[in-house]
Amino acid sequence: MENKLIILLVIILGAIAVAQLVRIYELSSKLRKNEEHEISNRDNNLNARMMFGFMLLFFAGFIYLMTAYGWTGRGSAASVEGIEMDWLLNLNFVIIIAVFFLTNFLLFYFTWRFVRKPGVPAFYYPHNNKLEMLWTVVPAIVLAVIIILGLQTWSNLSGPSKPEAEKIELFSKQFDWTARYAGADNTLGLYDYKLTLDNNELALLTTSTIDSSLNNMLNGPTGIRSLQKLLNNRDTVYSDSTMQVLRTDLSRKERLYRFLTQMKENHNPKLDASAWDDIIQKDTLYLCKGQEYEIALRAKDVIHSAYFPHFRAQMNTVPGMATRMKFTPNKTTSEMRDEKNDANFNYILMCNKICGGAHYKMKMVVVVLDRPAYKKWMDGKKKATFKDQYFPVAAAPAATSADTTAVDTMN
Amino acid sequence: MASHDAHAHGHHEDHHHHEEHFISKYIFSQDHKMIGKQFLMTAVFMGLVAMMLSILFRIQLAWPGESSDFLSFFLGEKWAPNGVLKEDMYLGLVTIHGTIMVFFLLTGGLSGTFSNILIPLQIGARDMASGFLNMLSYWMFALSSLIMVVTLFVESGPAMSGWTVYPPLSALPQAVSGSGLGMTLWLVSMTIFIASSLIGSLNYIVTIINLRTQGMNMTRMPLTIWAFFVTAILGVLSFPVLLSAALLLTMDRLMGTSFYLSDIIVGGEMLTNHGGSPILYQHLFWFLGHPEVYIVLLPALGLSSEIIATNARKPIFGYKAMIGSILAIGFLSFIVWGHHMFVTGMNPFLGSVFVFTTLLIAIPSAVKVFNYLTTLWKGSLVLTPAMLFAIGLVSTFITGGVTGIILADSALDIMMHDTYFVVAHFHIVMGMSAVFGMFGGVYHWFPKMFGRMMNTRLGYAHFWVTLIGAYGVFFPMHFVGLAGAPRRYYDYSAYSEFDSNSFELMVDLNQIITIFAIIAALGQVFFLFNFFYSIFRGPKAPQNPWRSTTLEWTTPVEGIHGNWPGELPTVHRWPYDYSKPGASEDFISQITPLEEGEEEH
Repeated sequence: MENKLIILLVIILGAIAVAQLVRIYELSSKLRKNEEHEISNRDNNLNARMMFGFMLLFFAGFIYLMTAYGWTGRGSAASVEGIEMDWLLNLNFVIIIAVFFLTNFLLFYFTWRFVRKPGVPAFYYPHNNKLEMLWTVVPAIVLAVIIILGLQTWSNLSGPSKPEAEKIELFSKQFDWTARYAGADNTLGLYDYKLTLDNNELALLTTSTIDSSLNNMLNGPTGIRSLQKLLNNRDTVYSDSTMQVLRTDLSRKERLYRFLTQMKENHNPKLDASAWDDIIQKDTLYLCKGQEYEIALRAKDVIHSAYFPHFRAQMNTVPGMATRMKFTPNKTTSEMRDEKNDANFNYILMCNKICGGAHYKMKMVVVVLDRPAYKKWMDGKKKATFKDQYFPVAAAPAATSADTTAVDTMN
Repeated sequence: MASHDAHAHGHHEDHHHHEEHFISKYIFSQDHKMIGKQFLMTAVFMGLVAMMLSILFRIQLAWPGESSDFLSFFLGEKWAPNGVLKEDMYLGLVTIHGTIMVFFLLTGGLSGTFSNILIPLQIGARDMASGFLNMLSYWMFALSSLIMVVTLFVESGPAMSGWTVYPPLSALPQAVSGSGLGMTLWLVSMTIFIASSLIGSLNYIVTIINLRTQGMNMTRMPLTIWAFFVTAILGVLSFPVLLSAALLLTMDRLMGTSFYLSDIIVGGEMLTNHGGSPILYQHLFWFLGHPEVYIVLLPALGLSSEIIATNARKPIFGYKAMIGSILAIGFLSFIVWGHHMFVTGMNPFLGSVFVFTTLLIAIPSAVKVFNYLTTLWKGSLVLTPAMLFAIGLVSTFITGGVTGIILADSALDIMMHDTYFVVAHFHIVMGMSAVFGMFGGVYHWFPKMFGRMMNTRLGYAHFWVTLIGAYGVFFPMHFVGLAGAPRRYYDYSAYSEFDSNSFELMVDLNQIITIFAIIAALGQVFFLFNFFYSIFRGPKAPQNPWRSTTLEWTTPVEGIHGNWPGELPTVHRWPYDYSKPGASEDFISQITPLEEGEEEH
């Protein structure tokens, strides 16, 4: 409270100070004879020198920041693709830093050098086609080089991955990441968001998951039946708005139920196998050094962005749309720890698209292992597939055909 | 033309002899000079609000989690309990800061102010083509500004999805509290703003095409007018697309359509929307969003061209090349929007096309920079505060422009996208440049706006604090971005868990940045004091204080309705006859006829 008072006081005193300044200024302006539009040679030269001085300060500041911070944060690239990108980045930096120094120097130098001097008129020089051609063509040539090199790298980075690349899916939601390894067959099982349930957070598509979703939609705690029961309950009176909410919810769920029924009709049970052997992994993402990864990306609620600063990889995850990226880690975590001389260092996966209040906390630790260690970890995981964890017995269909008919007649 | 002159002249005579009512003179004015000043005042207010918001969130970034009485004073217990900023409000502050700065200060404030004041005065017209529409444009701008400020006081918070308001985040109140009423008001405000901007732009275009005075060919127009002209065309072509984006978003929010929504589960609720694409919104948004950058930048470049030529006492070098580069930038700005979307999952081939078109923009930009440099070369520079700001603009245009080359390169954008490197880039090239252009414009044309002079010494103080402060804020941000820091993060403390080197760098630089931000913000007191004081008590301005050639300096200092008493001036030459050999003075006004044997440029 006291401090608020002080802040208020500072504001009030500030206003009074400004008012005093006005009075002093008014008095002094009466004493001053020179007019505001006549810039004296003294002011002119002072500002010209300050401009030049500022340039020196500016350049010195840049060089200081460059040496102090230029490479600490970025660190060396930890993927094969990252090395290529860093090479391109450094080349671009050399070009733009040269342009930055040259043009800024000319600007401030000319300002200092050609400040008004009594008796020296300005040089009437309205145009020169040769010069103008020069600074159209030279930038065009430099840019052509930048464009060609850039597009080559871009096509390498965005092109398809090799057939032996290991497939992983990264699933994003407010505010965490889940990884899904493709399992023994290296094929990711299909998914449909309507299958999302507590025991199927990634909405994988199998005969059993369709059945349990149908069952939940119909008989679950907020399923169609319980909603119908609420709405048809003559002992309780709801307000109009509550009724409206319940009705909307019911019609939404009935639609979803119809979609699920269609899905069940069209489902090919042969596809189940590719989902059953998938491995769902939270908290830490394990990767193998020297292994190319083809990463599929998915979002549950809003747009997120899978951002691996050390692998120099980034791609948005978009609800309703499949996106992908690829990269090949080329340094294990322990190698990078040695290089950075930081025993606590870890690779990281961060969210880099604003996604809500806790956006800044949405991250996943990434550990890169060498091949034997990775294989050992993966062998352990193969006993904890999607099926082992959530559907140990391939469950019999929970929703009977009688239930389905019941809903159809109600509609 | 003659009949128009006669008519306008008669009109002017009608009004000359009676005092205008206060309301019609200062509030519902249809005079372009007054409307320009109204735009400026509103923009100064909005700029202050947005700057204040930035200081609030900069405090959180420099000293995360520490209690600040400053924060609790301004935000109260609701948004800063115990003086610590709430996560949601942090995003709200960032969003409204960006929205106000881009649209209300740099679009409405810059183009609105100077197009209004300078177009009729520099082309020799009595007023805008439609004074009434012009007035309407201002009042819609004022209303939209008011609504945007009001969103800060909404109980569920202002819009919180960044100034680009990407759906689904902006479409789903379940995803973030600001996407409720705050977002609705944001959309209402922007809709009114777009209408205001469209009406204004159409008026500017019509005025420039139809109301040029005798002899004012297109190639005798000052570069300011060329810049305003192209800016207005960009606005007319791109703002309607933003309106359509906003309209579809409103329908998704209120009417259950699925333009941008597909397969979403939010807050435990499974939505039935299917088939929409959030990427569609981004395409529509950036189809405006990128031309918008030039809507902001071109007027600033136009103003600085005029200021630099006048104060270097030299013709602008390569006048036709300058026009050509304005047109080229204007054209290219429409086919580069995809460079904001390299990592959205857009087709990589399409990305390649956008890399190519985007990097092409560097060519006309380079031409402009070298032409400015050659204009300064062998000049006789008079370093007025306006001139210092204009030179500062050239510096920021270079410094911020070169990093654009990296961001336009899709392969490099993958690692730079949405990091502080981007924040540094656009704050320098768009923010600083446009603000410097705006300050330069205010210092240079203040005598024309208010008939009085601003104080030069205070102007110098303002310039130096702003230049050093603003570079001190935005230059180190490049290094925060190179270290990989994502933008729109409430707190970077998480880095301490996995990368202590980067963490220390971010703590250090974020504190430096905030300190510079506070210094730069305080420096604006010099401007505010100088500005408001001089309006009322500055020394009377002479007829042509900067010894300039253009038409506005031939009008009476007091700024009468209809601009020129008697006939409109006739133009005989281009606007850059400074230090012409053989002339008696170092400037020749556009209304001076060519002497015998004298060649026009």
